[in-house]
This record gives sequence, structure tokens and C-alpha cells, in this order.
Amino acid sequence: MTTVEERLLPSAEPVCLIDQYGVPHDNPPYELPARETLLDGYTQLIKGRRFNEQASALVRQGRLAVYPSSFGQEACQIAATMVLREGDWLFPTYRDSVSIMSRGVDPIETLTLLRGDWHSGYDPYEHKVAPQSTPLATQLPHAVGVAHAARLKGEDTVVMALVGDGGTSEGDFHEALNFAAVFQAPVVFFIQNNEYAISVPLAKQSAAPSLAHKGIGYGVPGERADGNDLAGLLAVLGRAVEKARNGEGPQLIEAHTYRVQAHTNADDATRYREDAEVAPWLDRDPIDRLVKYLSENGGLDDAVRQRAEENAVRIAAQLRDGLMPEPEVEPAELFAYLYAEQTQQLREQAAFLRDELSREEA
Amino acid sequence: MAHTKISMAQALNQALRDAMAADESVVMFGEDVGALGGVFRITDGLTAEFGEKRCFDTPLAEAGIVGMAVGMAMNGMRPVVEMQFDAFGYPAFEQIVSHVAKMRNRTRGRVQLPMVIRIPYGGGIGGVEHHSDSSESYFAHTPGLTVVTPATVEDAYGLLRKAIEFPDPVVFMEPKKLYWAKEEVDLGESVPEIGRAVVRREGADATLIAYGPAVPVALEAAQVAAAEGRQLTVVDLRSVVPFDDETVCAAVRRTGRAVVVAEASGFASVSSEIVARVTEKCFHSLAAPVRRVTAFDIPFPPPKLEKYQLPSVDRILDAVDDLQWEDS
Repeated sequence: MTTVEERLLPSAEPVCLIDQYGVPHDNPPYELPARETLLDGYTQLIKGRRFNEQASALVRQGRLAVYPSSFGQEACQIAATMVLREGDWLFPTYRDSVSIMSRGVDPIETLTLLRGDWHSGYDPYEHKVAPQSTPLATQLPHAVGVAHAARLKGEDTVVMALVGDGGTSEGDFHEALNFAAVFQAPVVFFIQNNEYAISVPLAKQSAAPSLAHKGIGYGVPGERADGNDLAGLLAVLGRAVEKARNGEGPQLIEAHTYRVQAHTNADDATRYREDAEVAPWLDRDPIDRLVKYLSENGGLDDAVRQRAEENAVRIAAQLRDGLMPEPEVEPAELFAYLYAEQTQQLREQAAFLRDELSREEA
Repeated sequence: MAHTKISMAQALNQALRDAMAADESVVMFGEDVGALGGVFRITDGLTAEFGEKRCFDTPLAEAGIVGMAVGMAMNGMRPVVEMQFDAFGYPAFEQIVSHVAKMRNRTRGRVQLPMVIRIPYGGGIGGVEHHSDSSESYFAHTPGLTVVTPATVEDAYGLLRKAIEFPDPVVFMEPKKLYWAKEEVDLGESVPEIGRAVVRREGADATLIAYGPAVPVALEAAQVAAAEGRQLTVVDLRSVVPFDDETVCAAVRRTGRAVVVAEASGFASVSSEIVARVTEKCFHSLAAPVRRVTAFDIPFPPPKLEKYQLPSVDRILDAVDDLQWEDS
């Protein structure tokens, strides 16, 4: 018999299978993912990093309205989708563009919200990715609903619900965990704890021993992982997804990572943190350690590196080409999607705008 | 105080600073209002000057922020809280509507809540989804709330000082797009009263009634109209609740024609309330139905489309043109 604590509390230390020097754990608590999986992960990390860099560059050039970068958190972003099957769902936040792209969503459609030509650019059903949520934690109860509906329909869908450390303070986070537990909904709540909610550090956000500990109050098992160790993340998230799929109910995973860059390009991180705090995290970069490990343990040959680099170059070019032109917007769309059947009032307002624009052109 | 050229953001900051210096019970809290000084820098430097007990960051939970302010106000403090953006204030809606607005009434006046809920609101800044809502109508519709919104740098200072001194809870709506425009002002020289509107411009032909971010647009329209030979009065409400029927109706009776200008969607809104009141009280002075220039009844558009949503000078002038100037 396991105790409640053993069943629900996370491990004493975040699970880390490959440390920051590229050294594998000598007595791993989880099985190390297969080499092919790690090589695939490496390729995606390189691509994700380039996505972050290119998107930030496009903000500086005025092609994106804003970009909340996940630079340094790419392992979390990639792992969240690598552990999913095609029929599973992803519920992302505004900082999870790399996750969305890695799920297969067109990169330009991924960035539509942040370019500012529509609120969400992709069809959520195509890749089973919910619209990015700007209000914090509000997507989590939706994730529970999608998961519960899947169970009612007899489907073995798992829902990956993303949230940040700040989001765990919102009421919706707690309501979602409670609902998921009561209904035994197959949701993996995945907290990317990057230590900051804009300017507020984790110490001012929560007094819990860890954010993964928050599960016990709801009867949800918690686990935590080094958020910069792709291998550990894949193992921990993979097991959580498996448990959720097998009818063991919701799971809560916390990844310990760090927001290397400012909240967005509009933020000035020098106002609330020292550079000295950031520096050690650069040494824990998720790419460096995987490269070291794979280089020494086989598999990462020049061909793989070159393929990854080509992918990265391709995604950067795709973003530049797709985002450099001013997007075409259609004012009539403003009225098109509010109701299944447009109201008389909206038809009148659409006609008003049409008339106004035609007079401007004349 | 000497005339200085400052922005609305700086004026609001100064108002908080002066209020905190004048009254120890004034405390400021919310998300990122400490070291960062707020995402719009309205609380810049307050923690450094007054310490973490007077201006502090909270966990990220709007219902918690407003709810805690209710308790602190019950226990002798004057909390000022910041909802980071209009739409991010919605998690606090239950606290505001069910508790902040009702405490005095449910306790037969025994418990007062002298608190201020500051809400940066409105569009015009290229914000992505959920960053540009005009949420004032929800609050104005709720009995028990006082709702004010400045349109000038001077009013921003004066109204915030008054709001903090006010015995009842005030929802203080700050028009984001006016945060950075600078004006030469003498802070504290003329302090507006909560509940009183002001005539910003006199003109005999028609009255534009506006508040918050719509006021500068209305003034610009009046200037263009004057060049075209039509003299417009512009009334700036300052307070949405209490509503200054006297000032508004006096202007409408003088001019016989009126257009309400608001950035919010028009349906079931503050602007519809203004039209109803003016029509009820000034019917026999009106030469034409009161017109409205508002946003469309759609969610606030993404940045690339927001220009179609915001009230414009042309839309105001078209509405004025439409006020049945000649008997047909």
C-alpha cells in the first residue's frame, strides 16, 4: 500500500535524466527516452530556438505587434507536444507559440494573434490545438471539458493543458484541477514555471513547497522535472499522458525552467532583476546539454546536425517571407463570425462600414 | 505648483504619490505595481518611496486582489488596486458586482468601502486580444459603484485624488491611449468634483457628449466643424456615475441637437443611457433625434483592424450632419 503522500506528492527534486553538463543520471528514476526520440527532439529544439529568435527579430522590425518569447524554455514547449498522439489536444497560452508550431500548426497561422490581423489564425480542430489564451488559466477548465467529453464519448483522448507559474494563482487553475479530479478527466496540467509572472518572482507568487505540490489538495498526483532537460521532460510527461490515458485521472507536472528574456519586447526586465540572476540559467540551456550528451553517446553526427540546421533555416525563412508583407485584412470579417446567423443589427453595421470605406475610396 | 508639461501617466503617478503622502491609510497593490512600477508605469517609484507595506505586488489573481481590498477597506485602510488591463479585470467581476457595490447597502450604511479600482481601458494602442476592452458599461450598470474616467492630464490627477478621498468605492477607468500625451498643466489648481461634467468647448449649434478616450476625438471634430461653419459644444462627463444630468441637459437645451460619442460598443451601453436620459429630459428642446457615434457591436478587433472600430472625426461629423438641419 502506498500512502497518500507517496501517491500524490512530487519527487523531492525535479526529475533530471541528463544534467546541464550532458551527463546522464546514473540511477535514473525514469527510463531514458530512446536515442531516436532524443534525436528528433534535438532537431525540434533547434527549430524552436530559431523560431523564437526570428519572431523576436520580426518584432524589432515591426512585423509582429508583440512576441512573448519562450527562449530557454524550448524543451518544455517541444516535450509537451512530442508526448501527444494525433487525437490528443493541446491547450496553449500566449507564450506557447513554439509548442503550437511543433504540433504541426502552420507557423504563420501560429503567429496571427501576435501579428494582429486576427485573434487566432488556425483552425483548432485541424491539429487539435485550442486558441492561445491571453487571460491566465482561463483555458484550463476548457481543457477539462474537452477531456471529459472525450471520456463520455468513449475516446481515449488526453488533453495537455499548459499554464505558467503566475497562472497557478488564478481561481480558474484551482477550479480546473478540482473538476478534473472529481470527474477523473484525462488532463495533464503542465506548469512551465519560468520563475516570473512579468516582474513578479515565484517567491511572491506562491508559498507552496513546489507548484507540483498543489495537486495533493485536489487528489491529483504531482510530479516535477528539470524544465531544461528534454529527456526528463519526455519521460515525466510521457508517463503522465500514459496514466491519464489509462483512466488514472488528471496529472499535474511542474517544469522548473527560466524566462531568459523579458516578458515581451514591451517589457524591461532590468527594472526588476539582475543580469547575474540570468547568467547561470544560460549555462543550463536545454540545447547545449542535449548536444553534449548526444555527441558523446552516439547519434549526433554531421548529417543530423545539418538536417536540423536546414530545418531551422527553413522555418526562419518561412517566418520572414510570411510575415514581412503587410497582412491583408478584410473589414467585413469584423461582423462575420459573431453568430451562426448574423443579426439584423450587425448587417446594418457592416453596411455602414462598407459605405464609409467606399466613400473614402471615392 | 508651477506649470509643467507632463503625461497623464505621470499625473496619475503624482496623484498616487500625493495621496499616499497625505494619508497613511492609502495603500496601492496589484500585479507588477511594485518593482516594475506597473506595466504602464503608473505606480513607478512608489514602493521605493513608501516601502513595500504601502505599495506591493500580489499573486496573480484579480478576484483575490479586489476581495482583499474589500477586507482592508472594512478594516480602516484606503486601498487602491490596479487591474492590469480592462479584460483582465473580469475575474474580479463577482467581487466588484456582488460585494464592492453592495457592502454599504447590505449593512444599512454601517460598512463603507473607501477603495479605488483602477482599470486601464479602451483601445487605440495596438493591443492584442483582451487588451482593449471598454468595460465601463458593466460597472455603470451596477448600482452602488461610482465610475469616473478622466480625459485630460489635469483631470487624471484631480479625479484620482478625489476618488481616493471618496467615501465609497470608485471604479477609476484610465484611457490607455491618452496615457502618454503630454499637456502643460498646473496640478491641483482646479480639482473636478466627482459627479460633475465639464463643458470643454462652447458652441451654439449642437452638443457632443463624450467621456474618457472619446473626448479628444470629439474636440477635434468640433474644431473641424467650426472651420466648416458649425459651432459645437463639447461636454466631457468626467463621471459616468453619478451622472451629471444638469450640465448635460443644459448644454443640449441650449443647442437643441446632440451626438453622444463613446468608444464602447453602443448596444445596452453608457451611450444608450445618455440618449435615453437626454431624450426623456430635453424632448421639447430637441430639433432632431439624439445620434450616437460608438464602436460596432463586435468584440474589440485585432490591432490591424482597430481603426475601423474607434470613433473618428469623420463619423462624428457625419452624425452631426445628420441632425435634420433643414425641414424636409
